[in-house]
Amino acid sequence: MKPQSHPFQPIRRLPVELIAVPHNDNEAQVTNTIIEAKGLKRSFKAKGAKGKTIDAVRGIDLSVREGEIVGFLGPNGAGKTTTLKMLCTLLAPTDGSATVVGADLRRDPVEVRRRIGYVSQAGSTSPEAKVGEEIVSHARLYGIDKQVAIQRGKELLTALDLAEIWDRTCGSLSGGQRRRLDIVMGLIHQPRLVFLDEPSTGLDPQSRANLWNHIRKLRDELGTTVFLTTHYMDEADSLSDRILIIDHGTIVAEGTPAELKKRVSGDTITLTLRTEADAVNSGGIATRLNGADAPVIEANVVRFHVPDGATALPVLLGDLTKAGIDAIGVDVNRPTLDDVFLTLTGRSLRD
Amino acid sequence: MSFIRDTWIIFRRSMVLSLRQPLWVVIGLLQPILYLTLFGPLLQTIAATSGFQGDAWQVFVPGLLVQLGIFGGLFVGFGIIAEWRSGVIDRQLVSPAARTAIIAGRTLRDVVVITVQAIVLVGAAFFLGLRVPVGALLIGLVLVALLGAAFSFISNAIGMATKSEDALAPMVNTLALPILLLSGILLPMTLAPAWLQIVANFNPFKHIVEALRAVFLGQFDSPIVWIGLLLAVVLVVIGAWVGSRVLAAQTK
Repeated sequence: MKPQSHPFQPIRRLPVELIAVPHNDNEAQVTNTIIEAKGLKRSFKAKGAKGKTIDAVRGIDLSVREGEIVGFLGPNGAGKTTTLKMLCTLLAPTDGSATVVGADLRRDPVEVRRRIGYVSQAGSTSPEAKVGEEIVSHARLYGIDKQVAIQRGKELLTALDLAEIWDRTCGSLSGGQRRRLDIVMGLIHQPRLVFLDEPSTGLDPQSRANLWNHIRKLRDELGTTVFLTTHYMDEADSLSDRILIIDHGTIVAEGTPAELKKRVSGDTITLTLRTEADAVNSGGIATRLNGADAPVIEANVVRFHVPDGATALPVLLGDLTKAGIDAIGVDVNRPTLDDVFLTLTGRSLRD
Repeated sequence: MSFIRDTWIIFRRSMVLSLRQPLWVVIGLLQPILYLTLFGPLLQTIAATSGFQGDAWQVFVPGLLVQLGIFGGLFVGFGIIAEWRSGVIDRQLVSPAARTAIIAGRTLRDVVVITVQAIVLVGAAFFLGLRVPVGALLIGLVLVALLGAAFSFISNAIGMATKSEDALAPMVNTLALPILLLSGILLPMTLAPAWLQIVANFNPFKHIVEALRAVFLGQFDSPIVWIGLLLAVVLVVIGAWVGSRVLAAQTK
């Protein structure tokens, strides 16, 4: 559209920067921060024990800027899904407040629903339903006209490499196709923010890589803000601009993948020994290395960090030989998010 | 109004899916016909001897219709559990759709399916010798639809509250058996000893069956007809209330 034809064209020509300035501060906030949560909390009544409650999410603050891909990383049971369900209006918070795409989560959940997309890990379609029917009926719940829904649905399917599936039944699709169809369903009303719950769970490596490309395209080409939960470090690492790490219902760290990895001092050395006794002794030897941190011993495996793995390794192996300990395997790794998690919580994300 | 629009959208989707499973539609139609052909003849002799007014079909078809409404509705909860498992329910809960519409749309589908089955049942009974006024048949269909709605609401509600087929099955059976035994659907309660008759009087379905039998005998002005219809309406209201409460509790 030419600027001259704009209905709200100012009478005097203003510099472009001035025209772009929003009318009030509130509006500016809406366009910059798409999720703002303060003290969001959820407790459940404990089963069996009367009056006892379990705090699944213990009052978290988080903020997501428009256009970001944010990874919400944590082990199973850490409170990821509970937080996500609260932000999607599927679960009412016990306490706290949040604004999601400019609407108040607790006072106006219906408006939040209109403005967000949600892709559940359980799926979104009945196996016996046809793809086109599911898309159109879902779109109609948002008040979208049938013709618009068909056109938009077909465009979205094409964008996610699913162009030919309109008349197929959902049950006949592969796992990867069905997950992408779930994303199409979640985007049919063109939300500015989409929540993906464990998007690649249960997919084979090739489908995962393909799905990741599509998720990146969502943001790069449609400008959609993506908030995804995952317990896979590689997923959080490769997709997210920023990562929030949750454990025991609180956010324990936040930053870009690179920033978080910097928190881990140096490289990880993983030693595999023949016996648990050897592992304990090797742990003692490892502690004496220059700059090494306290080793984590799990059965016959010892893990610790050193500032520079390449120079520490020959020294370590020499010391082990002197002590008469025979290592079965040695690995030196650049830091991963799992190491970040281990450093922060003392536990591995895989546990 | 968005509730009506959303109910219609959910109903259409569910109806299309039900029609895509022709086997289930056929099985649903077959069941009442089996009752008519395999159980009806037994009643011919009983009806002549005891307790009943009217011929066997006037006694038996009302019972079958009430049974169809109850059982047709009671088992739909298994369907909503399957839909919840495939993520459809959460997907609809995240949409701005009216909460009550998510359950009401499905119940409307069940009502349509049950009503069609009832029409087939009445048609088959006509060929076997049922002769009643058209008005009686219409009241019968209305009653079946109301009962179907009430039990579909309740079954869907139990399904969503438990989210487990293993929990739903025994609950449905526990609910169904006393209703069936104490309603005089298969045999008249007048054959029962006094204490059993008193217990049965607390079963609303006994009165509903009696109402429909009165209608089939052409006794349209009998007060029991209004009592039966009123009870059915009250059951629908209770079912709808429980259903929408459970649906709203999904996001609590």
